[in-house]
Amino acid sequence: MDFSLFLNEAWIARGAIWDGFQMTVAISALAIILGTVLGVVVGLALVYGWAPVRLFVRIYVDFVRGTPVFVLVLASFYILSIIGIQLSAFQAGVLAITVFCSTHVGEMIRGALAAIHRGQIEAAKAIGLTFRQTFQSVLMPQALRQILPTWVNAATEMVKASTLLSVIGVAELLLSTQQIISRNFLSLEFYFMAGFIYFVIDFSIERFGRYVERKVAYS
Amino acid sequence: MDYRLNFDAVWRDFDLLLSGLGLGLGLAVVSIFLGSFIGLIAAFAMISKNKLWRGIAMTYVTAIRNTPILVLIFFTFFALPQFGVRLGKIESFVFTLTFYAGAYLTEVFRGGLLALPTGLREAGLAIGMTEFRTKLSLTIPVMIRNVLPALSNNFISLFKDTSLAAAIAVPELTFYARQINVNTFRVIESWTVASLMYVFACYFIAAGLRHYERKLAIPG
Repeated sequence: MDFSLFLNEAWIARGAIWDGFQMTVAISALAIILGTVLGVVVGLALVYGWAPVRLFVRIYVDFVRGTPVFVLVLASFYILSIIGIQLSAFQAGVLAITVFCSTHVGEMIRGALAAIHRGQIEAAKAIGLTFRQTFQSVLMPQALRQILPTWVNAATEMVKASTLLSVIGVAELLLSTQQIISRNFLSLEFYFMAGFIYFVIDFSIERFGRYVERKVAYS
Repeated sequence: MDYRLNFDAVWRDFDLLLSGLGLGLGLAVVSIFLGSFIGLIAAFAMISKNKLWRGIAMTYVTAIRNTPILVLIFFTFFALPQFGVRLGKIESFVFTLTFYAGAYLTEVFRGGLLALPTGLREAGLAIGMTEFRTKLSLTIPVMIRNVLPALSNNFISLFKDTSLAAAIAVPELTFYARQINVNTFRVIESWTVASLMYVFACYFIAAGLRHYERKLAIPG
């Protein structure tokens, strides 16, 4: 193992690594944002939805959570094109991870709302608050407090899930790394480097999650 | 769009899909079993007073938990041979999944150990058991019975992670689903059947484990 050789190769490949890194960040950020928006709808539907809607959303959540993300990515990539929805590999992959993210966020919201004691809702009703007021000033602030740290940690899951897009040909960090390796055969060094970059991203997010957790904790 | 559903191709190869599902389950069972030993050792290291042990265990858990499993799989399969460690596809995957499971189980076991009342260990020592014997016959069994629900969840998520073995061509369910998809172009059918198989497998595993959790839970 020659370290200067690795450094030299890494310097040559810096453009590809940087592009891959940007792609990973783009996939993760898009999936987290879109997944959260969809997840809020899912979560609210699970708690307040009309019974048939609730059943439908429950099936959606259980189906997605029972299926490996890898299968979701592959299915989204292969199925959508055959039923006439023309998406690029990037779009199909982001869609799959968004769906995955939405079920996580949905369950988080459902759990947080369910954890709030019924007495508080009754108290809110007793002092004459409408449902909207109850939700805005009683339920939502407490639920947000509880969800925020978990939500930040779910972001690390999405960054990790973004690696799965390498299999459908999206040149994110892992696929870029593989392409670099296929040129210089330094598999040990470059896989280690990719792992380290992911570690740095996820570890920073995790630390940020701890920080948020301390910030929002009741003191 | 005209795509007519035709499940014939999928039913013809259904035995392959089933064998893939079985292999996935097997991989998950072996990995969680072996991973439990790593998890137990690392959990004791994490709560020990020795800074070095604590540091090693902490580094292991943090490193594995913050790295995507696909990178770990490729690292073991493609990079370790440079060190002269040459493993077959399945062995390589089991190796990765074991270490991956170990890191998650460490957290589970650590939480379980910290939740135990200190009186348990003291009682063991008071009746003359050695420290090791106390761990083996008192602390570990009680702790494991307490963390069973977390173990079940870990097992299910490991089972789902076995789908990634398809990336290094281990013939499990996702691999065969993809093969049927590519060979016959029954795209919707193959992926629908494969994901339904995962969903039902997870559902039945969860129901089964729930049953055992109730049986094994410490009464009272």
